Amino acid sequence: MLKAENLLYSYDNGVKKVDTVLDNLNLNIKKGEFVAVLGHNGCGKSTLAKHFNGLLLPLGGDVYVQGINTKDEEMLWTIRRQVGMVFQNPDNQIVANVVEEDVAFAPENLGIPSAEIRKRVDDALKTVDMYRYRKHAPHLLSGGQKQRVAIAGAIAMRPECIVMDEPTAMLDPMGRAEVMETILKLKAQENMTVVLITHYMDEAAMADRVVVMDDGHIVVDDTPRNVFSQVELLKSLGLDVPQVTELAYSLNKEGFDVNYDVLTVTECADAIMDYVRSIKSGN
Amino acid sequence: MLKDITLGQYFPIDSFLHRLDPRTKILIFILDIVAIFMAQTVESYVVLILFTFLVMLISKVPVKMYFKGLKPILYIIVFTALLNLFLTQGEDLPIFGYSVGITVEGAIVAAKMATRLVLLIIGSSALTYTTSPMALTDGIEKLLKPLSKIGFPTHELAMMMSIAIKFIPTLIEETDKIIKAQQARGASFDTGSIFKRAKALIPMLVPLFISAFRRADELAIAMESRCYTGGDGRTRLKEIKFTHKDLAATICFLMFFACVIFLDFIF
Ligand SMILES: Nc1ncnc2c1ncn2[C@@H]1O[C@H](COP(=O)(O)OP(=O)(O)OP(=O)(O)O)[C@@H](O)[C@H]1O
Ligand SMILES: [Mg+2]
Repeated sequence: MLKAENLLYSYDNGVKKVDTVLDNLNLNIKKGEFVAVLGHNGCGKSTLAKHFNGLLLPLGGDVYVQGINTKDEEMLWTIRRQVGMVFQNPDNQIVANVVEEDVAFAPENLGIPSAEIRKRVDDALKTVDMYRYRKHAPHLLSGGQKQRVAIAGAIAMRPECIVMDEPTAMLDPMGRAEVMETILKLKAQENMTVVLITHYMDEAAMADRVVVMDDGHIVVDDTPRNVFSQVELLKSLGLDVPQVTELAYSLNKEGFDVNYDVLTVTECADAIMDYVRSIKSGN
Repeated sequence: MLKDITLGQYFPIDSFLHRLDPRTKILIFILDIVAIFMAQTVESYVVLILFTFLVMLISKVPVKMYFKGLKPILYIIVFTALLNLFLTQGEDLPIFGYSVGITVEGAIVAAKMATRLVLLIIGSSALTYTTSPMALTDGIEKLLKPLSKIGFPTHELAMMMSIAIKFIPTLIEETDKIIKAQQARGASFDTGSIFKRAKALIPMLVPLFISAFRRADELAIAMESRCYTGGDGRTRLKEIKFTHKDLAATICFLMFFACVIFLDFIF
Protein backbone atom coordinates (compact mmCIF):
# COMPACT_ATOMS: atom_id res chain seq x y z
CA MET A 1 0.00 0.00 0.00
CA LEU A 2 2.56 2.57 1.14
CA LYS A 3 6.21 1.77 0.64
CA ALA A 4 9.36 3.77 1.22
CA GLU A 5 12.63 2.37 -0.11
CA ASN A 6 15.99 3.81 0.95
CA LEU A 7 14.23 7.16 1.26
CA LEU A 8 16.57 10.12 1.55
CA TYR A 9 15.52 13.72 2.05
CA SER A 10 16.89 17.04 3.23
CA TYR A 11 15.38 20.52 3.13
CA ASP A 12 17.49 22.80 1.02
CA ASN A 13 16.57 26.35 1.81
CA GLY A 14 19.35 27.69 -0.38
CA VAL A 15 20.99 29.58 2.47
CA LYS A 16 22.86 26.94 4.35
CA LYS A 17 23.39 23.22 3.93
CA VAL A 18 20.90 21.36 6.08
CA ASP A 19 21.37 17.96 7.67
CA THR A 20 19.71 14.97 6.14
CA VAL A 21 16.19 14.78 7.58
CA LEU A 22 15.32 11.33 6.25
CA ASP A 23 18.22 8.97 6.01
CA ASN A 24 17.87 5.66 4.18
CA LEU A 25 14.42 5.02 5.52
CA ASN A 26 12.62 1.78 4.68
CA LEU A 27 9.00 1.19 5.54
CA ASN A 28 6.25 -0.97 4.10
CA ILE A 29 2.66 -0.45 5.21
CA LYS A 30 0.10 -3.04 4.17
CA LYS A 31 -3.54 -2.50 3.23
CA GLY A 32 -5.84 -2.19 6.24
CA GLU A 33 -3.03 -1.72 8.73
CA PHE A 34 -3.16 0.88 11.50
CA VAL A 35 0.38 2.12 12.02
CA ALA A 36 1.43 4.61 14.67
CA VAL A 37 4.63 6.60 14.06
CA LEU A 38 6.54 7.84 17.10
CA GLY A 39 9.67 9.91 17.48
CA HIS A 40 10.95 12.98 19.29
CA ASN A 41 10.47 16.51 17.91
CA GLY A 42 12.29 17.14 14.67
CA CYS A 43 13.14 13.53 13.87
CA GLY A 44 11.40 13.78 10.49
CA LYS A 45 7.89 12.37 11.03
CA SER A 46 6.07 15.18 9.25
CA THR A 47 8.61 15.10 6.46
CA LEU A 48 7.92 11.39 6.01
CA ALA A 49 4.15 11.99 5.99
CA LYS A 50 4.49 14.56 3.22
CA HIS A 51 6.25 11.97 1.06
CA PHE A 52 3.24 9.69 1.14
CA ASN A 53 1.12 11.91 -1.13
CA GLY A 54 3.80 13.54 -3.18
CA LEU A 55 3.86 16.87 -1.34
CA LEU A 56 7.59 16.22 -1.08
CA LEU A 57 9.56 14.07 -3.51
CA PRO A 58 12.47 11.89 -2.40
CA LEU A 59 15.98 13.14 -3.06
CA GLY A 60 17.14 9.54 -2.97
CA GLY A 61 15.30 6.24 -3.02
CA ASP A 62 11.61 5.88 -3.88
CA VAL A 63 8.15 6.08 -2.36
CA TYR A 64 5.36 3.94 -3.77
CA VAL A 65 1.63 4.35 -3.22
CA GLN A 66 -0.20 1.23 -4.35
CA GLY A 67 2.77 0.43 -6.53
CA ILE A 68 2.82 3.88 -8.17
CA ASN A 69 6.06 5.82 -7.77
CA THR A 70 5.38 9.31 -6.37
CA LYS A 71 7.98 10.68 -8.77
CA ASP A 72 5.63 9.85 -11.64
CA GLU A 73 4.27 13.32 -12.32
CA GLU A 74 1.35 12.14 -14.42
CA MET A 75 0.05 10.01 -11.58
CA LEU A 76 0.36 12.72 -8.92
CA TRP A 77 -3.37 13.38 -8.66
CA THR A 78 -4.19 9.68 -8.65
CA ILE A 79 -1.84 9.37 -5.68
CA ARG A 80 -3.26 12.39 -3.86
CA ARG A 81 -6.75 10.96 -4.26
CA GLN A 82 -5.73 7.69 -2.68
CA VAL A 83 -3.97 9.16 0.32
CA GLY A 84 -6.06 11.43 2.51
CA MET A 85 -4.12 13.81 4.76
CA VAL A 86 -5.13 15.29 8.08
CA PHE A 87 -2.92 17.87 9.76
CA GLN A 88 -2.44 19.22 13.23
CA ASN A 89 -4.32 22.49 13.16
CA PRO A 90 -7.96 22.05 12.11
CA ASP A 91 -8.41 25.81 11.56
CA ASN A 92 -5.77 25.82 8.85
CA GLN A 93 -7.14 22.96 6.79
CA ILE A 94 -10.83 23.83 6.66
CA VAL A 95 -11.50 25.78 3.49
CA ALA A 96 -15.19 26.66 3.52
CA ASN A 97 -17.55 28.40 5.94
CA VAL A 98 -20.11 25.65 6.10
CA VAL A 99 -19.24 22.11 7.22
CA GLU A 100 -20.78 20.30 4.26
CA GLU A 101 -19.22 22.67 1.76
CA ASP A 102 -15.83 22.01 3.27
CA VAL A 103 -16.26 18.26 3.11
CA ALA A 104 -17.30 18.70 -0.55
CA PHE A 105 -14.07 20.51 -1.40
CA ALA A 106 -12.02 17.47 -2.46
CA PRO A 107 -14.77 15.77 -4.53
CA GLU A 108 -15.44 19.13 -6.21
CA ASN A 109 -11.78 19.35 -7.14
CA LEU A 110 -11.98 15.85 -8.60
CA GLY A 111 -14.79 16.95 -10.91
CA ILE A 112 -17.37 14.54 -9.55
CA PRO A 113 -21.05 15.22 -10.50
CA SER A 114 -23.18 17.06 -7.89
CA ALA A 115 -25.41 14.14 -6.97
CA GLU A 116 -22.44 11.88 -6.28
CA ILE A 117 -20.73 14.65 -4.26
CA ARG A 118 -23.89 14.97 -2.13
CA LYS A 119 -23.77 11.24 -1.41
CA ARG A 120 -20.08 11.23 -0.56
CA VAL A 121 -20.43 14.24 1.71
CA ASP A 122 -23.35 12.71 3.59
CA ASP A 123 -21.57 9.36 3.91
CA ALA A 124 -18.35 10.96 5.12
CA LEU A 125 -20.18 13.13 7.67
CA LYS A 126 -22.11 10.15 8.97
CA THR A 127 -18.92 8.11 9.30
CA VAL A 128 -17.32 10.75 11.53
CA ASP A 129 -20.66 11.31 13.28
CA MET A 130 -20.94 14.97 12.28
CA TYR A 131 -23.98 14.74 10.00
CA ARG A 132 -26.09 16.78 12.40
CA TYR A 133 -23.65 19.67 12.08
CA ARG A 134 -23.54 19.73 8.27
CA LYS A 135 -24.96 23.26 8.04
CA HIS A 136 -22.86 24.70 10.87
CA ALA A 137 -20.02 27.17 10.61
CA PRO A 138 -16.74 25.36 11.34
CA HIS A 139 -15.33 28.10 13.57
CA LEU A 140 -18.15 27.57 16.05
CA LEU A 141 -17.37 23.86 16.53
CA SER A 142 -15.14 22.36 19.22
CA GLY A 143 -11.60 21.28 18.37
CA GLY A 144 -12.51 17.60 18.27
CA GLN A 145 -15.48 18.32 16.02
CA LYS A 146 -13.39 20.46 13.67
CA GLN A 147 -10.82 17.71 13.40
CA ARG A 148 -13.57 15.19 12.61
CA VAL A 149 -14.75 17.52 9.84
CA ALA A 150 -11.18 17.56 8.52
CA ILE A 151 -11.19 13.74 8.56
CA ALA A 152 -14.52 13.73 6.72
CA GLY A 153 -12.98 16.10 4.17
CA ALA A 154 -10.22 13.57 3.55
CA ILE A 155 -12.41 10.46 3.38
CA ALA A 156 -14.84 12.17 0.98
CA MET A 157 -12.14 11.52 -1.64
CA ARG A 158 -12.72 7.81 -0.94
CA PRO A 159 -9.00 7.25 -0.36
CA GLU A 160 -7.39 3.88 0.25
CA CYS A 161 -5.36 5.26 3.07
CA ILE A 162 -5.34 8.17 5.47
CA VAL A 163 -2.22 9.78 6.91
CA MET A 164 -2.63 11.91 10.02
CA ASP A 165 0.08 14.20 11.33
CA GLU A 166 -0.56 14.74 15.04
CA PRO A 167 -4.32 15.23 14.59
CA THR A 168 -4.89 15.33 18.34
CA ALA A 169 -2.01 17.63 19.33
CA MET A 170 -4.21 20.72 19.74
CA LEU A 171 -7.21 19.00 21.31
CA ASP A 172 -8.45 18.55 24.86
CA PRO A 173 -8.83 15.00 26.26
CA MET A 174 -12.41 14.77 25.09
CA GLY A 175 -11.57 15.89 21.57
CA ARG A 176 -8.72 13.39 21.50
CA ALA A 177 -11.03 10.57 22.50
CA GLU A 178 -13.49 11.57 19.74
CA VAL A 179 -10.78 11.55 17.09
CA MET A 180 -9.35 8.22 18.26
CA GLU A 181 -12.81 6.69 18.22
CA THR A 182 -13.27 7.92 14.65
CA ILE A 183 -9.93 6.45 13.59
CA LEU A 184 -10.77 3.04 15.08
CA LYS A 185 -14.17 3.16 13.39
CA LEU A 186 -12.62 3.95 10.00
CA LYS A 187 -10.32 1.00 10.37
CA ALA A 188 -13.03 -1.41 11.53
CA GLN A 189 -15.82 -0.36 9.13
CA GLU A 190 -14.03 0.79 6.01
CA ASN A 191 -10.87 -1.30 6.39
CA MET A 192 -8.99 1.98 5.96
CA THR A 193 -5.21 1.96 6.11
CA VAL A 194 -4.26 4.48 8.79
CA VAL A 195 -0.90 6.10 9.48
CA LEU A 196 -1.05 8.06 12.72
CA ILE A 197 1.80 10.30 13.76
CA THR A 198 1.46 11.10 17.44
CA HIS A 199 3.18 12.10 20.65
CA TYR A 200 0.58 10.35 22.79
CA MET A 201 1.67 6.87 23.72
CA ASP A 202 -1.82 5.85 24.75
CA GLU A 203 -2.95 6.49 21.18
CA ALA A 204 -0.04 4.55 19.74
CA ALA A 205 -0.94 1.64 22.01
CA MET A 206 -4.23 1.27 20.08
CA ALA A 207 -2.45 0.71 16.75
CA ASP A 208 -1.67 -2.63 15.10
CA ARG A 209 1.93 -1.66 14.66
CA VAL A 210 4.24 0.97 16.10
CA VAL A 211 7.13 2.48 14.19
CA VAL A 212 9.69 4.47 16.16
CA MET A 213 11.83 6.98 14.28
CA ASP A 214 15.08 8.56 15.34
CA ASP A 215 17.32 10.85 13.28
CA GLY A 216 15.59 10.14 10.01
CA HIS A 217 15.40 6.39 10.13
CA ILE A 218 13.38 3.69 11.76
CA VAL A 219 14.80 2.16 14.91
CA VAL A 220 11.94 -0.01 16.14
CA ASP A 221 9.08 -1.51 14.15
CA ASP A 222 6.87 -3.97 15.99
CA THR A 223 3.54 -4.51 17.74
CA PRO A 224 2.70 -1.98 20.48
CA ARG A 225 3.21 -4.66 23.12
CA ASN A 226 6.72 -5.52 21.96
CA VAL A 227 7.65 -1.89 21.46
CA PHE A 228 6.46 -0.58 24.80
CA SER A 229 8.03 -3.37 26.76
CA GLN A 230 11.41 -1.95 25.70
CA VAL A 231 11.09 0.86 28.21
CA GLU A 232 14.81 1.68 28.47
CA LEU A 233 15.26 1.90 24.71
CA LEU A 234 12.27 4.25 24.31
CA LYS A 235 13.54 6.47 27.12
CA SER A 236 16.95 6.65 25.50
CA LEU A 237 15.19 7.88 22.33
CA GLY A 238 13.50 10.65 24.28
CA LEU A 239 10.09 8.99 24.30
CA ASP A 240 7.69 7.95 26.99
CA VAL A 241 5.66 4.79 27.37
CA PRO A 242 1.91 4.69 28.13
CA GLN A 243 1.19 5.80 31.70
CA VAL A 244 0.08 2.35 32.83
CA THR A 245 3.24 0.76 31.41
CA GLU A 246 5.25 3.46 33.17
CA LEU A 247 3.55 2.67 36.48
CA ALA A 248 4.13 -1.07 36.20
CA TYR A 249 7.70 -0.46 35.07
CA SER A 250 8.45 1.86 38.01
CA LEU A 251 7.01 -0.67 40.46
CA ASN A 252 9.14 -3.34 38.85
CA LYS A 253 12.24 -1.16 39.14
CA GLU A 254 11.53 -0.62 42.83
CA GLY A 255 11.81 -4.34 43.35
CA PHE A 256 8.16 -5.33 43.17
CA ASP A 257 7.96 -8.15 40.71
CA VAL A 258 5.12 -6.65 38.61
CA ASN A 259 4.88 -7.66 34.97
CA TYR A 260 5.20 -4.40 32.97
CA ASP A 261 4.15 -5.85 29.65
CA VAL A 262 0.82 -3.99 29.93
CA LEU A 263 -0.91 -1.45 27.68
CA THR A 264 -4.33 -0.83 29.18
CA VAL A 265 -5.63 0.13 32.61
CA THR A 266 -7.27 -3.29 33.02
CA GLU A 267 -4.08 -5.12 32.13
CA CYS A 268 -2.10 -2.99 34.54
CA ALA A 269 -4.60 -3.57 37.35
CA ASP A 270 -4.48 -7.30 36.64
CA ALA A 271 -0.69 -7.33 36.71
CA ILE A 272 -0.65 -5.56 40.08
CA MET A 273 -3.35 -7.86 41.43
CA ASP A 274 -1.37 -10.89 40.26
CA TYR A 275 1.64 -9.60 42.12
CA VAL A 276 -0.34 -8.93 45.30
CA ARG A 277 -1.85 -12.42 45.12
CA SER A 278 1.54 -14.00 44.59
CA ILE A 279 2.83 -12.31 47.77
CA LYS A 280 -0.22 -13.40 49.71
CA SER A 281 0.06 -17.00 48.63
CA GLY A 282 3.84 -16.87 49.11
CA ASN A 283 3.48 -15.83 52.76
CA MET B 1 -16.25 44.97 20.19
CA LEU B 2 -14.50 42.95 17.52
CA LYS B 3 -17.04 40.19 17.99
CA ASP B 4 -19.91 42.50 16.98
CA ILE B 5 -18.97 42.40 13.33
CA THR B 6 -21.69 40.34 11.69
CA LEU B 7 -21.10 41.38 8.10
CA GLY B 8 -20.30 38.39 5.96
CA GLN B 9 -21.93 35.94 8.32
CA TYR B 10 -24.28 33.39 6.94
CA PHE B 11 -27.45 32.50 8.83
CA PRO B 12 -28.08 28.86 7.93
CA ILE B 13 -31.85 28.40 7.80
CA ASP B 14 -34.18 27.60 4.95
CA SER B 15 -36.24 30.32 3.29
CA PHE B 16 -37.30 31.50 -0.15
CA LEU B 17 -34.37 33.92 -0.19
CA HIS B 18 -31.91 31.24 0.89
CA ARG B 19 -32.89 29.14 -2.08
CA LEU B 20 -32.50 31.83 -4.71
CA ASP B 21 -29.63 31.70 -7.16
CA PRO B 22 -26.82 33.86 -5.70
CA ARG B 23 -26.53 35.64 -9.03
CA THR B 24 -30.13 36.80 -8.76
CA LYS B 25 -29.51 38.10 -5.27
CA ILE B 26 -26.29 39.88 -6.21
CA LEU B 27 -27.87 41.60 -9.21
CA ILE B 28 -30.96 42.61 -7.24
CA PHE B 29 -28.69 43.96 -4.49
CA ILE B 30 -26.72 46.04 -6.99
CA LEU B 31 -29.90 47.45 -8.55
CA ASP B 32 -31.25 48.06 -5.05
CA ILE B 33 -28.20 50.23 -4.30
CA VAL B 34 -28.78 52.15 -7.52
CA ALA B 35 -32.43 52.67 -6.57
CA ILE B 36 -31.51 53.81 -3.06
CA PHE B 37 -29.20 56.48 -4.42
CA MET B 38 -31.60 57.54 -7.13
CA ALA B 39 -34.59 57.96 -4.85
CA GLN B 40 -35.48 61.60 -4.23
CA THR B 41 -39.14 61.82 -3.25
CA VAL B 42 -40.70 60.68 -0.01
CA GLU B 43 -42.94 58.30 -1.94
CA SER B 44 -40.02 56.47 -3.53
CA TYR B 45 -38.39 56.11 -0.12
CA VAL B 46 -41.59 54.57 1.18
CA VAL B 47 -41.47 52.08 -1.69
CA LEU B 48 -37.85 51.19 -0.91
CA ILE B 49 -38.57 50.82 2.81
CA LEU B 50 -41.50 48.55 1.98
CA PHE B 51 -39.26 46.48 -0.26
CA THR B 52 -36.63 46.18 2.49
CA PHE B 53 -39.29 45.12 5.00
CA LEU B 54 -40.53 42.49 2.58
CA VAL B 55 -37.00 41.15 2.14
CA MET B 56 -36.47 41.02 5.91
CA LEU B 57 -39.75 39.21 6.31
CA ILE B 58 -39.22 36.49 3.73
CA SER B 59 -35.58 35.95 4.72
CA LYS B 60 -36.91 34.47 8.00
CA VAL B 61 -33.78 35.82 9.69
CA PRO B 62 -34.68 37.26 13.12
CA VAL B 63 -35.01 41.06 13.06
CA LYS B 64 -32.57 41.09 15.99
CA MET B 65 -29.83 39.96 13.60
CA TYR B 66 -30.44 42.94 11.32
CA PHE B 67 -30.13 45.29 14.27
CA LYS B 68 -26.89 43.58 15.21
CA GLY B 69 -25.63 44.30 11.70
CA LEU B 70 -26.55 47.97 12.12
CA LYS B 71 -24.91 48.39 15.51
CA PRO B 72 -21.27 48.81 14.45
CA ILE B 73 -22.13 51.65 12.04
CA LEU B 74 -24.75 53.32 14.23
CA TYR B 75 -22.26 56.01 15.20
CA ILE B 76 -21.47 56.76 11.59
CA ILE B 77 -25.17 57.12 10.81
CA VAL B 78 -25.78 59.41 13.78
CA PHE B 79 -22.65 61.43 13.04
CA THR B 80 -23.43 62.04 9.36
CA ALA B 81 -27.04 62.85 10.25
CA LEU B 82 -25.90 65.46 12.79
CA LEU B 83 -23.43 66.99 10.35
CA ASN B 84 -26.11 67.28 7.70
CA LEU B 85 -28.60 68.62 10.18
CA PHE B 86 -26.45 71.51 11.34
CA LEU B 87 -24.20 72.28 8.40
CA THR B 88 -26.69 72.49 5.56
CA GLN B 89 -27.50 76.03 4.45
CA GLY B 90 -31.13 77.01 4.06
CA GLU B 91 -34.33 78.13 5.69
CA ASP B 92 -34.22 78.14 9.48
CA LEU B 93 -36.24 75.41 11.20
CA PRO B 94 -37.27 76.54 14.69
CA ILE B 95 -37.78 73.87 17.39
CA PHE B 96 -40.56 74.84 19.87
CA GLY B 97 -40.21 78.35 18.58
CA TYR B 98 -36.45 78.59 19.21
CA SER B 99 -33.89 78.75 16.47
CA VAL B 100 -31.19 76.10 17.17
CA GLY B 101 -29.32 76.31 13.92
CA ILE B 102 -31.18 73.54 12.18
CA THR B 103 -32.46 74.19 8.67
CA VAL B 104 -35.37 72.61 6.85
CA GLU B 105 -33.04 71.47 4.08
CA GLY B 106 -30.66 70.05 6.69
CA ALA B 107 -33.41 67.99 8.28
CA ILE B 108 -34.42 66.59 4.90
CA VAL B 109 -30.87 65.73 3.85
CA ALA B 110 -30.14 64.17 7.26
CA ALA B 111 -33.25 62.00 7.11
CA LYS B 112 -32.44 60.93 3.55
CA MET B 113 -28.84 60.03 4.31
CA ALA B 114 -29.74 58.10 7.46
CA THR B 115 -32.46 56.19 5.61
CA ARG B 116 -30.10 55.43 2.74
CA LEU B 117 -27.39 54.08 5.04
CA VAL B 118 -29.81 51.96 7.04
CA LEU B 119 -31.38 50.54 3.86
CA LEU B 120 -27.95 49.79 2.42
CA ILE B 121 -26.73 47.96 5.50
CA ILE B 122 -29.94 45.97 5.84
CA GLY B 123 -29.78 45.11 2.15
CA SER B 124 -26.21 43.84 2.37
CA SER B 125 -27.00 41.97 5.60
CA ALA B 126 -29.95 40.30 3.88
CA LEU B 127 -27.63 39.21 1.09
CA THR B 128 -24.94 37.76 3.35
CA TYR B 129 -27.35 36.23 5.89
CA THR B 130 -29.18 34.29 3.19
CA THR B 131 -26.22 33.38 0.96
CA SER B 132 -23.35 31.23 2.18
CA PRO B 133 -20.00 32.83 1.34
CA MET B 134 -19.24 29.86 -0.91
CA ALA B 135 -22.46 30.47 -2.87
CA LEU B 136 -21.78 34.20 -2.91
CA THR B 137 -18.32 33.81 -4.38
CA ASP B 138 -19.66 31.16 -6.76
CA GLY B 139 -22.20 33.69 -7.95
CA ILE B 140 -19.57 36.38 -8.39
CA GLU B 141 -17.36 33.91 -10.25
CA LYS B 142 -20.19 33.02 -12.63
CA LEU B 143 -21.16 36.65 -13.15
CA LEU B 144 -17.57 37.62 -13.96
CA LYS B 145 -17.05 34.54 -16.15
CA PRO B 146 -17.12 36.51 -19.43
CA LEU B 147 -14.07 38.43 -18.17
CA SER B 148 -12.02 35.24 -17.92
CA LYS B 149 -11.98 35.16 -21.74
CA ILE B 150 -9.68 38.17 -21.67
CA GLY B 151 -7.48 36.54 -19.05
CA PHE B 152 -9.10 37.90 -15.90
CA PRO B 153 -8.55 35.35 -13.05
CA THR B 154 -12.20 35.01 -12.01
CA HIS B 155 -11.89 31.66 -10.25
CA GLU B 156 -8.81 32.69 -8.32
CA LEU B 157 -10.46 35.93 -7.25
CA ALA B 158 -13.58 34.11 -6.05
CA MET B 159 -11.51 31.51 -4.17
CA MET B 160 -9.43 34.21 -2.50
CA MET B 161 -12.56 36.04 -1.42
CA SER B 162 -14.19 32.98 0.06
CA ILE B 163 -11.03 32.04 1.96
CA ALA B 164 -10.63 35.60 3.22
CA ILE B 165 -14.20 35.51 4.54
CA LYS B 166 -13.63 32.09 6.09
CA PHE B 167 -10.62 33.36 8.03
CA ILE B 168 -12.26 36.53 9.38
CA PRO B 169 -13.51 34.89 12.61
CA THR B 170 -10.24 33.00 13.10
CA LEU B 171 -8.16 36.14 12.71
CA ILE B 172 -10.49 38.17 14.93
CA GLU B 173 -10.11 35.56 17.64
CA GLU B 174 -6.37 35.63 17.18
CA THR B 175 -6.26 39.43 17.35
CA ASP B 176 -8.18 39.31 20.61
CA LYS B 177 -5.68 36.78 21.97
CA ILE B 178 -2.66 38.83 20.92
CA ILE B 179 -4.14 42.01 22.41
CA LYS B 180 -4.70 40.21 25.70
CA ALA B 181 -1.19 38.73 25.63
CA GLN B 182 0.37 42.13 25.00
CA GLN B 183 -1.82 43.77 27.63
CA ALA B 184 -0.68 41.15 30.11
CA ARG B 185 2.84 42.40 29.41
CA GLY B 186 1.83 45.96 30.14
CA ALA B 187 1.04 47.21 26.64
CA SER B 188 -1.85 49.62 26.41
CA PHE B 189 -3.90 50.17 23.29
CA ASP B 190 -6.45 52.70 24.43
CA THR B 191 -4.54 55.44 26.20
CA GLY B 192 -2.16 58.17 25.09
CA SER B 193 -1.99 60.28 21.97
CA ILE B 194 -3.06 58.98 18.58
CA PHE B 195 0.59 58.63 17.66
CA LYS B 196 1.28 56.55 20.77
CA ARG B 197 -1.72 54.35 20.10
CA ALA B 198 -0.69 53.77 16.52
CA LYS B 199 2.75 52.77 17.73
CA ALA B 200 1.21 50.37 20.23
CA LEU B 201 -0.42 48.56 17.32
CA ILE B 202 2.93 47.37 15.95
CA PRO B 203 3.48 44.64 18.58
CA MET B 204 -0.03 43.48 17.78
CA LEU B 205 0.20 43.52 13.98
CA VAL B 206 3.58 41.82 13.65
CA PRO B 207 2.55 38.56 15.36
CA LEU B 208 -0.78 38.70 13.53
CA PHE B 209 0.92 38.91 10.15
CA ILE B 210 3.42 36.19 10.93
CA SER B 211 0.67 33.88 12.05
CA ALA B 212 -1.45 34.71 9.01
CA PHE B 213 1.43 33.76 6.72
CA ARG B 214 1.95 30.50 8.57
CA ARG B 215 -1.74 29.73 8.30
CA ALA B 216 -1.72 30.52 4.59
CA ASP B 217 1.18 28.14 4.09
CA GLU B 218 -0.53 25.30 5.95
CA LEU B 219 -3.81 25.94 4.16
CA ALA B 220 -2.11 25.76 0.79
CA ILE B 221 -0.62 22.37 1.70
CA ALA B 222 -4.00 21.12 2.94
CA MET B 223 -5.73 22.31 -0.25
CA GLU B 224 -3.15 20.63 -2.44
CA SER B 225 -3.54 17.43 -0.44
CA ARG B 226 -7.21 17.58 -1.32
CA CYS B 227 -6.44 17.70 -5.01
CA TYR B 228 -7.02 21.41 -5.58
CA THR B 229 -5.65 22.35 -9.01
CA GLY B 230 -7.49 25.59 -9.72
CA GLY B 231 -10.81 26.24 -11.36
CA ASP B 232 -10.57 23.96 -14.38
CA GLY B 233 -12.67 20.80 -14.23
CA ARG B 234 -14.08 21.69 -10.83
CA THR B 235 -17.68 20.71 -10.11
CA ARG B 236 -19.84 21.98 -7.27
CA LEU B 237 -21.85 20.37 -4.49
CA LYS B 238 -24.65 22.81 -5.20
CA GLU B 239 -24.60 23.84 -8.83
CA ILE B 240 -26.23 27.23 -8.97
CA LYS B 241 -29.30 27.29 -11.21
CA PHE B 242 -31.65 30.01 -12.34
CA THR B 243 -35.15 28.66 -11.60
CA HIS B 244 -38.71 29.94 -11.75
CA LYS B 245 -38.19 31.20 -8.18
CA ASP B 246 -35.47 33.51 -9.42
CA LEU B 247 -37.69 34.68 -12.22
CA ALA B 248 -40.46 35.48 -9.73
CA ALA B 249 -38.05 37.33 -7.43
CA THR B 250 -36.60 39.31 -10.33
CA ILE B 251 -40.03 40.35 -11.60
CA CYS B 252 -41.12 41.33 -8.10
CA PHE B 253 -38.01 43.45 -7.62
CA LEU B 254 -38.30 45.07 -11.02
CA MET B 255 -41.80 46.18 -10.10
CA PHE B 256 -40.49 47.98 -7.04
CA PHE B 257 -37.64 49.39 -9.13
CA ALA B 258 -40.09 50.68 -11.73
CA CYS B 259 -42.13 52.31 -8.96
CA VAL B 260 -39.08 54.24 -7.76
CA ILE B 261 -38.24 55.42 -11.27
CA PHE B 262 -41.85 56.34 -11.91
CA LEU B 263 -42.19 58.29 -8.67
CA ASP B 264 -38.91 60.13 -9.16
CA PHE B 265 -38.78 60.94 -12.82
CA ILE B 266 -42.17 60.69 -14.40
CA PHE B 267 -44.59 61.64 -11.71
N1 LIG C 1 10.23 23.63 5.48
C1 LIG C 1 11.38 23.32 6.10
N2 LIG C 1 12.52 23.91 5.73
C2 LIG C 1 13.70 23.59 6.34
N3 LIG C 1 13.81 22.70 7.33
C3 LIG C 1 12.70 22.07 7.75
C4 LIG C 1 11.43 22.35 7.16
N4 LIG C 1 10.49 21.59 7.78
C5 LIG C 1 11.16 20.87 8.70
N5 LIG C 1 12.47 21.15 8.69
C6 LIG C 1 13.49 20.52 9.53
O1 LIG C 1 13.45 19.13 9.30
C7 LIG C 1 13.58 18.40 10.47
C8 LIG C 1 12.44 17.41 10.60
O2 LIG C 1 11.22 18.11 10.67
P1 LIG C 1 9.83 17.40 10.81
O3 LIG C 1 8.82 18.48 10.78
O4 LIG C 1 9.71 16.33 9.80
O5 LIG C 1 9.92 16.77 12.25
P2 LIG C 1 8.78 16.06 13.11
O6 LIG C 1 9.29 14.72 13.45
O7 LIG C 1 7.49 16.13 12.41
O8 LIG C 1 8.74 16.94 14.41
P3 LIG C 1 7.50 17.31 15.35
O9 LIG C 1 7.33 16.16 16.27
O10 LIG C 1 7.94 18.53 16.06
O11 LIG C 1 6.32 17.54 14.46
C9 LIG C 1 13.65 19.41 11.61
O12 LIG C 1 14.99 19.53 12.01
C10 LIG C 1 13.16 20.68 11.01
O13 LIG C 1 13.84 21.77 11.57
MG1 LIG D 1 5.62 17.18 12.76
